[in-house]
Amino acid sequence: MPVLAERKLSTSIPFLSTRNKLVSLKNEIIKHRVSYLFLAPYAIIFLTFTVIPVVVSLFLSFTYFNILETPKFIGWQNYIRLFLGDDIFLIAVKNTFLLAAITGPIGYLASFLFAWFINELPPKIRAFLILLFYAPSISGNVYMIWTVMFSGDIYGYVNSTLIKLGIINEPIQWLKDPKYMMPVIMVVILWMSLGTGFLAFVAGLQSIERSQYEAAIVDGIKNRWQELWYITLPNMKPMLMFGAVMAITNSFAVGDVTAALAGLPSTDYAAHTVVNHLVDYGTIRFEMGYASAIATVLFIVMVGCNRIIQNLLRKLGR
Amino acid sequence: MVKAKYNPKRPNRSLAGDIANIVVLLIFAAFTALPMVYAICNAFKPLDEIFMFPPRFFVRNPTLDNFRDLFLLMAQSWVPFSRYIFNTLFITAVGTGGHVIIASMAAYVLEKHKFPGAKLFFNIVVTSLMFSPVVTAIPNYMVMAKLNWLDTYWALIIPAFGYSLGLFLMKQFMITVPDSLIESARMDGASEFRIFWQIVMPCVKPGWLTLIIFSFQSLWGNTGGTFIYSEELKPLPYALNQILMGGYARAGVGAAVVFIMMIIPIIMFMVTQSNVIQTMTTSGFKDE
Repeated sequence: MPVLAERKLSTSIPFLSTRNKLVSLKNEIIKHRVSYLFLAPYAIIFLTFTVIPVVVSLFLSFTYFNILETPKFIGWQNYIRLFLGDDIFLIAVKNTFLLAAITGPIGYLASFLFAWFINELPPKIRAFLILLFYAPSISGNVYMIWTVMFSGDIYGYVNSTLIKLGIINEPIQWLKDPKYMMPVIMVVILWMSLGTGFLAFVAGLQSIERSQYEAAIVDGIKNRWQELWYITLPNMKPMLMFGAVMAITNSFAVGDVTAALAGLPSTDYAAHTVVNHLVDYGTIRFEMGYASAIATVLFIVMVGCNRIIQNLLRKLGR
Repeated sequence: MVKAKYNPKRPNRSLAGDIANIVVLLIFAAFTALPMVYAICNAFKPLDEIFMFPPRFFVRNPTLDNFRDLFLLMAQSWVPFSRYIFNTLFITAVGTGGHVIIASMAAYVLEKHKFPGAKLFFNIVVTSLMFSPVVTAIPNYMVMAKLNWLDTYWALIIPAFGYSLGLFLMKQFMITVPDSLIESARMDGASEFRIFWQIVMPCVKPGWLTLIIFSFQSLWGNTGGTFIYSEELKPLPYALNQILMGGYARAGVGAAVVFIMMIIPIIMFMVTQSNVIQTMTTSGFKDE
């Protein structure tokens, strides 16, 4: 009997502790029920329409899936093929990194600077200027103007101007020649970079209390640069974080621009990006498993890059 | 001692700086405005100018022919055109309104309430922004099919409620709301919903006005894709794209379509942006 009782006791202890944990979790939920209630509508929708599809895609990256037949599990083969057997993927990675490293930071800085410059203007003309800067993100046919401009014949605006000025003798194939493709695309990306982050900055600058600036004048701030450094930047930190994440997501996800200007595939894959590669396999060759593997690798790279940059920004504020 | 200031209201500004600022802004704005100006010009070009080679940027003989042709084509459509317009308006209005409210509610508790799982959840939302939507399209379709929402408005509206970007943006704006304001409202016995609706939301007005633009833009351009196949439920961009299928003969009509699809978001943009800009002068109650 005593042995039995002892055994019962010993088994009931871990049981009790997990039960205690459950009870305390339940208590926590009851304690914070209002918070969970506020979060619930968003959380349910987000889990259903974002988390589930992402998890399914992660699973698909370990399968052969041609959209018509049921996915076949093939382990790490997609990833092995991606890194060891796909030369074009490596070109795409190189191009994507090059584009992201140059257009990401410049676009980010430009978004902030222009938002800040505009904020200096009288309110009446502000909304109009913001519209002009945001125009590439709101008007439907953005790339058309650039294809006309950089058209490879002598009638393209750039070529005809350069010929008229006597700088070149024959037209340059801006969008077909691997030498010129990337610079042209970078210009276009930068030109389009005043988007989501830019508008968030504009709104963020509006939500800084005017009283802070008034107090700053009393405290002896003399010019707009000091004001920027001591008042505006510290107050803008949440929006700067937001803008940084958007800059990373957008600059690594470049694909539409390159496909629209240089074509898919571009000459010698000189402007091929990871997203172009992904679209190529996902929607043209119907190899969804392989496309999912590409998406997963891109995702991991972006998350890592985001980590590094968030840490840098956090240190900057201190 | 005290130098004469050119603008007594803004003592820490110089005239030269202000002029340089405007000049720089206008130079760059001239470049970014190009596609908009081009689209507007194109819509009023007669056919011979649209097909002109080499292409000319500005319109020489403006005409309304393109719009007349577009309305004639609209009148011939099988489903009354007003139906397409209603569909898009409904999807855009409900989707945007719901997204702003639901995402703001979540953002408010994630930032201002401390509860287990809040940080983890927020990190997952931000991280999800980085997953390519190209490969989630098929799983998304399967989820819709399981829910039996295919071929309904909900297939477009409900997912829009849960966009990651909106929650992220609103959460960042919630940081700027002073805790003392919420605390004192709580002391006065205001319910959490009242605090959220009457105190927090007015404070973050620039945030949700901006979110309205993002949400409006993405829903306004939605063609219904693979989710909607009944003709009478299709949104406006789908119907307009169908008109464009006519090929080269419809190039003029196409320019008119681009113009119409662009002008509504622009009006929306101007309305919300001028409100964003006004908020600074009206919300004097923060941190008082």
